Amino acid sequence: MQQIPVLRVGDALLVSIQIDLEDVTAVELQAALADRIVETGARGVLIDISALEIVDSFIGRMLASIAAVARVLDTETVVVGMRPAVAITMVELGLSLTGVRTALDVERGLALLRAAGAGA
Amino acid sequence: MTPGVPTEAAAVDAQVLPIASDADVVRVRQVVRALAVSAKLSLVDQTKLVTAASELARNTLVYGGGGTAEVDLVTQGVRRGVRATFTDEGPGIPDLELALTDGWSSGSGMGLGLSGARRLVDGFDLQTGTGTSTGIGTRVRIVKWAR
Repeated sequence: MQQIPVLRVGDALLVSIQIDLEDVTAVELQAALADRIVETGARGVLIDISALEIVDSFIGRMLASIAAVARVLDTETVVVGMRPAVAITMVELGLSLTGVRTALDVERGLALLRAAGAGA
Repeated sequence: MTPGVPTEAAAVDAQVLPIASDADVVRVRQVVRALAVSAKLSLVDQTKLVTAASELARNTLVYGGGGTAEVDLVTQGVRRGVRATFTDEGPGIPDLELALTDGWSSGSGMGLGLSGARRLVDGFDLQTGTGTSTGIGTRVRIVKWAR
């Protein structure tokens, strides 16, 4: 079974997806992350997808719904590190990741969280 | 249906992969990626093809109740490409036009699976049958050529 570690960095949670994601793993990540947000009182979530070779409609929907759940739990989410080819493909597929904040890399993502008062 | 999907093109290294679990969908992506690299598709075209294959493999699993993906390298003249054929024996697609419309979904997706996959490839051919109560399934064949 696949597992994705959720690390705590200051007031934020850092999730780095380093595997070719199965759908069931994405669903489990959403539940695990909601638990960790409540458990830690984290103010921000950073999801690093720089290792992801594709974002298809299912993975895109999971990212959007993770951000929506986090928002309801008073937490900001930033998705960082999207590869250029993934961005081009996603837009052509018709996915816009509405409601998901993005940043080029972890450093900028953390700066964005800090500016929102949700940072590490 | 759509031109550009060779049926008689010279096929190399054909592989038939089962699609019966989430892990199989990941496996299909990996095999398609490896063939796209060997056909010398650009990185963007590799990504588009693998993304389309992922959508279609998931459809085969979720809507078709499982099936197979047959993946091979194809050539047409000097062109090289990758072809993938997704086959299931599920209930078929009753309203094809609707299913190919952006935003329409009968399941848990965003309604971009079929229509989105079609946009990402060079050739797209879909056969589906709903003749009997059990259906005769769906077959989607896609191809992406190296530029």
